[in-house]
Amino acid sequence: MNLELVPMLQQIMLVLASMVLLISFILMDQVRLVAAIHTFAWQGALIAAITTIVAISEGHMHLYFSALLTFTLKALLIPWMLHRQVRKLELDHEKEALEHPVIASMIAVALVIFSYWLVLPIVQQELIFTRNVVAISLAVVLIGFLIMVVRKQAIAQVLGFMSMENGLFLAAVSATSGMPLIIELGVAFDVLVAMVLFGIFFFQIRESIESLDVDRLNHLSESEKE
Amino acid sequence: MPSALWFAGLAVSFSLLSAIIPVFTVNTPRLLRVLTTLLLCLIGIAALISGLITLSENEVATAELPLGLPWLHWHIRLDALSGFFISLIGVVTVAIGLYSYGYVRGFEHGQDSLIALGGFTGLFLTGMLLVVLADDAFMFMISWELMSLSSYFLVAFHHEHAANRRAAFLYLLMAHVGGLSILLSYGVLASLGDGFTFEAMRAAEIPFGWASLSFILAFIGFGMKAGLLPLHAWLPEAHPVAPSHISALMSGVMLKVAVYGLIRVIFDLIGQFHWQWGVTVLTIGSISALLGVLYALMQNDLKRLLAYSSVENLGIIFIGLGLSILFMSENHRLIATVAFVAALYHSLNHALFKSLLFLGAGSILHSANEQDLEKMGGLLRRMPWTGLFFLIGCISISSLPPFNGFVSEWLTFQAALQTWQLNSGVLRSLLPIAAAMLALTGALAAACFVKVYGIAFLGQARSRHIRRARPVPLSMRVGQGILALFCLLLGLLPVPFISLIDNVPRQVLDQTLTQATAHGWLWLTPVSADTASYGAPLIAIALFIALGLGLWLVGRGIRRVRRCDAWDCGFAPPTPNMQYTSTAFAQPIRRVFGLLFKIEEGVERNQQGKLTHHLKISDRAWGLFYAPIARTVEKAASKITRIQSGNIRTYLGWSLTTLVFLLWVIA
Amino acid sequence: MNLQISLLALVQLVLYALLAPLVAGWIHWVKAKLQNRCGARIFQPYRDLYKLFNKEARMAHTASQLFRASPYIVFTATLLAASAVPLLSINLPTAAIADIIAIAGLLALSRFFLALAGMDVGTAFGGMGASREMLVSALAEPAMLVAVFTLAMTAHTTNLASLVGFQLTETFVLRPSFMFALAALVLVAIAETGRIPVDNPSTHLELTMIHEAMILEYSGRHLALMEWAAQLKLLLYGTLLTNVFFPWGIAQDLSLTSLAIGLLSLIAKLLLLGIILAISETVLAKMRLFRTPAFLNLALLLGLLGMLSHVILEIGV
Repeated sequence: MNLELVPMLQQIMLVLASMVLLISFILMDQVRLVAAIHTFAWQGALIAAITTIVAISEGHMHLYFSALLTFTLKALLIPWMLHRQVRKLELDHEKEALEHPVIASMIAVALVIFSYWLVLPIVQQELIFTRNVVAISLAVVLIGFLIMVVRKQAIAQVLGFMSMENGLFLAAVSATSGMPLIIELGVAFDVLVAMVLFGIFFFQIRESIESLDVDRLNHLSESEKE
Repeated sequence: MPSALWFAGLAVSFSLLSAIIPVFTVNTPRLLRVLTTLLLCLIGIAALISGLITLSENEVATAELPLGLPWLHWHIRLDALSGFFISLIGVVTVAIGLYSYGYVRGFEHGQDSLIALGGFTGLFLTGMLLVVLADDAFMFMISWELMSLSSYFLVAFHHEHAANRRAAFLYLLMAHVGGLSILLSYGVLASLGDGFTFEAMRAAEIPFGWASLSFILAFIGFGMKAGLLPLHAWLPEAHPVAPSHISALMSGVMLKVAVYGLIRVIFDLIGQFHWQWGVTVLTIGSISALLGVLYALMQNDLKRLLAYSSVENLGIIFIGLGLSILFMSENHRLIATVAFVAALYHSLNHALFKSLLFLGAGSILHSANEQDLEKMGGLLRRMPWTGLFFLIGCISISSLPPFNGFVSEWLTFQAALQTWQLNSGVLRSLLPIAAAMLALTGALAAACFVKVYGIAFLGQARSRHIRRARPVPLSMRVGQGILALFCLLLGLLPVPFISLIDNVPRQVLDQTLTQATAHGWLWLTPVSADTASYGAPLIAIALFIALGLGLWLVGRGIRRVRRCDAWDCGFAPPTPNMQYTSTAFAQPIRRVFGLLFKIEEGVERNQQGKLTHHLKISDRAWGLFYAPIARTVEKAASKITRIQSGNIRTYLGWSLTTLVFLLWVIA
Repeated sequence: MNLQISLLALVQLVLYALLAPLVAGWIHWVKAKLQNRCGARIFQPYRDLYKLFNKEARMAHTASQLFRASPYIVFTATLLAASAVPLLSINLPTAAIADIIAIAGLLALSRFFLALAGMDVGTAFGGMGASREMLVSALAEPAMLVAVFTLAMTAHTTNLASLVGFQLTETFVLRPSFMFALAALVLVAIAETGRIPVDNPSTHLELTMIHEAMILEYSGRHLALMEWAAQLKLLLYGTLLTNVFFPWGIAQDLSLTSLAIGLLSLIAKLLLLGIILAISETVLAKMRLFRTPAFLNLALLLGLLGMLSHVILEIGV
């Protein structure tokens, strides 16, 4: 693929896609919860921007709507809700450093290479561009999963989950110029409901174990030793 | 003019002679020393001449000796690859020969047996020379075992300490496991080819699966000898306990013989290149390089530190070989050649500077009987020549321009930088990571040798016997000087040396590096002039002009430097105990890379009620790799002991069963 | 023609040596203004150097000859490294002496001697500075290399003059990889030149010093050379970053007008860079030493992301 032959809009999209990936890495290493929520909001905004670019280049009207929806939901509403919960739960100054940040980020790098390897069998020339962005989206999904594995804080895990959703959305937008509007609305609604449910869970967990550190949930295991 | 093979034969005969001579001259130690030195120098010079002739003439000489088995005479072959390694052995041997004249004198009045030292050194050299010359698996294995066994006795030279005996035994054990693995690898090749001569193995058509098996066996066998992780554990135990000039031979030369063996088997005998092999070699090489230097940084025993640093450098050599295999697998011959030459060049460089550093460590041992860094300090002012040569060794091993270590590392980087030519995207993203590990290794090596030089040679003496250190005898200084000179030459004039060894890739890979040397002796341009170039002589000239200018200013005396006390912050004047120690220097790195070490640290109160701090840093390989194997073996052994009932008739019963079983198998 | 080019190379070398204190002075001045101080004049570093060169050089009793030789080696190695970085024009014959990896090697050589000189006197500070400096540089090295790899994979060269030439001839494209590489290199440059937040060049507080701890025992002309070398290194990294990533204005031929444009654009770029550096040093605080690994890990991560986005997004065969 010769980058000089790629139209400018697509070049911008490449830049934005790589920024989305960067934000996944930052999200994983972000020590402070509030800052992590802001980082997540930026990822949502970038996804919305990419959707807008696809809308401009493809000329689909519903994509503009979907971009707007993404922006309000992922860059504004969900971060706002999370932020509110953090304040209510008095976690503003909560810090949670990863135990081995370097190892975690190297695993994430390995995941990126792995997802690239996964999409490599697609060799059709006209699909190359899409394929590459799909590789990035897949990497974002996997890193989202990794975030849920390495972080202990329940809210941070939710952020990982949401960024997985971001990755899926990015793949959908770049590969098929977005899903049908009705599905998108459904997914958006699901995410919103999930967010509300998570919020309720946070309070429940907090009440029962007085912390949001999910490692504490280990005590619930029946096969507890000693 | 006699042929190259003749000189090689001369070198072998001299080394056999030097193995025998100690028996006759044991009562005249002085004569023994003179004769040994003379013979070692002759061996070295003969080997060097033989190698140089082979390298410059691009011819392959073969011969068959009427020795060995009736149906398999010993075959000897001297091609460019053997020529390169035989000259490597030669250079180091000359320096060690001169050095040993002064060094061995220290042993004359002790109880140590000079017969053992001289005799086994001769056998050791014979073994190494014959390995490089061998052209059939049978002779190769015999010389290989000769090399391993004689070096075992040299490791056990100071056998009065139990720790040394243990190290020697570990070495023997590992050498045998490795030897077995090499033997099996040859076995695979021989069964697919037509017999045990290398000629037959080369001609054989080997399917991928068998070739891979043979590759893995050879890699394990030679990698064990070369000290690659995780098979390196014997190396830091065995190398430091031998007499220093023998440590130099083992680290500088014997490890290169292992490199030779691997190149011979993979590049020449198997002659196939698969990316899986390349990735394996590259990965193991990178890990060895990085962990080797990290472990080296944590050592306080100078010789042990140098031994760990050998692990690192062998790792770098294998990175070069791995890159070469990778590029060959995608048929980029030119880049593969760059990587191959980088590996060869680094082998030579490491032989030079590691021997130099071991000789330096030996000089400190000789004059102050100390190899603990924590007790050294200020040696530069007490042993200026050794200090200068050791500095050259440190700069070279830290791969800094304009010395030789930089050239080979730079070439390795240049090969890695051609990653964009590879077709596979995954390899394209993996190679830079390996290169980043190499860069980290290089920088950590610099940190390690700043520590060594700063602690040992600079600052103030930390113990009384170091304060009394005196310069070593002339012969020892000359031995080090030769190696230092070669370090400088190989760094300053990489172009002539690379064109000299160009015949090795010509014969092995069927490709030369003509473009690397096409722009005259000033410029090294491995791929092309536009891609990258390096003008070592110019850098050296500029540095020497600046130094000369500085010295000239000082010499004119108009700007005299006045001596004063060091800044003491207004408190008590600084004492040697206030200096940063070797442990303290490495502390930040120990903390950052803490996961990779097994650290036991704590503060305790002893009987007198004083607080003592103890810190023990050990290799994780023991716990992760060796202990499980040892446990398994022990478990299996305890099960098998049940057979040992003590009843003779039971034993005979077992024998009968075995016999019947074997007959059944054959039928 | 050949003579002209050689002359130009010499001019650039002299310019490097002359401009280096000015850049340091400019950063000091801007910083002072930002912090509501009057601050010293921009040309103060020249006066400092002049003063130091005329003062008597002293050496501790415990120092060896290495202590004396080090300033010359450190300065020359840094100047040599600078000579291979295009300043005004991409017609630079000295660029062939060292490609970017060899430049890193030369800087490592100067650091090696700097650290040894620090340990030579045998005081606690020198050892401390040397130990820390070697840690920081070791961690910066892989990040730098990965970023260089990213550039080299696109431009197929590590020769800086060719690299800048490639940037100039290519039509304008957005390369995510270059953005990441730039970010990584900026972080590396901050660590290597000992600026805030990794090291504070203006502190003499015992426990936070890195670079200053190593040269604590130097005085007179030795100190002048060491200081000058540090300023030179800052200018070197500044030019490297600006000319590789924003090469606009650099002279491509030997005519006087294009050289003048080159000089003007260089000065403009350096002034801007100085302001950015001064602002960042004013708003940031120095990190603890053991936060530095995280900082440089970020640099490495950015470098890796640049390399990966090049492999995945830009070539994607």
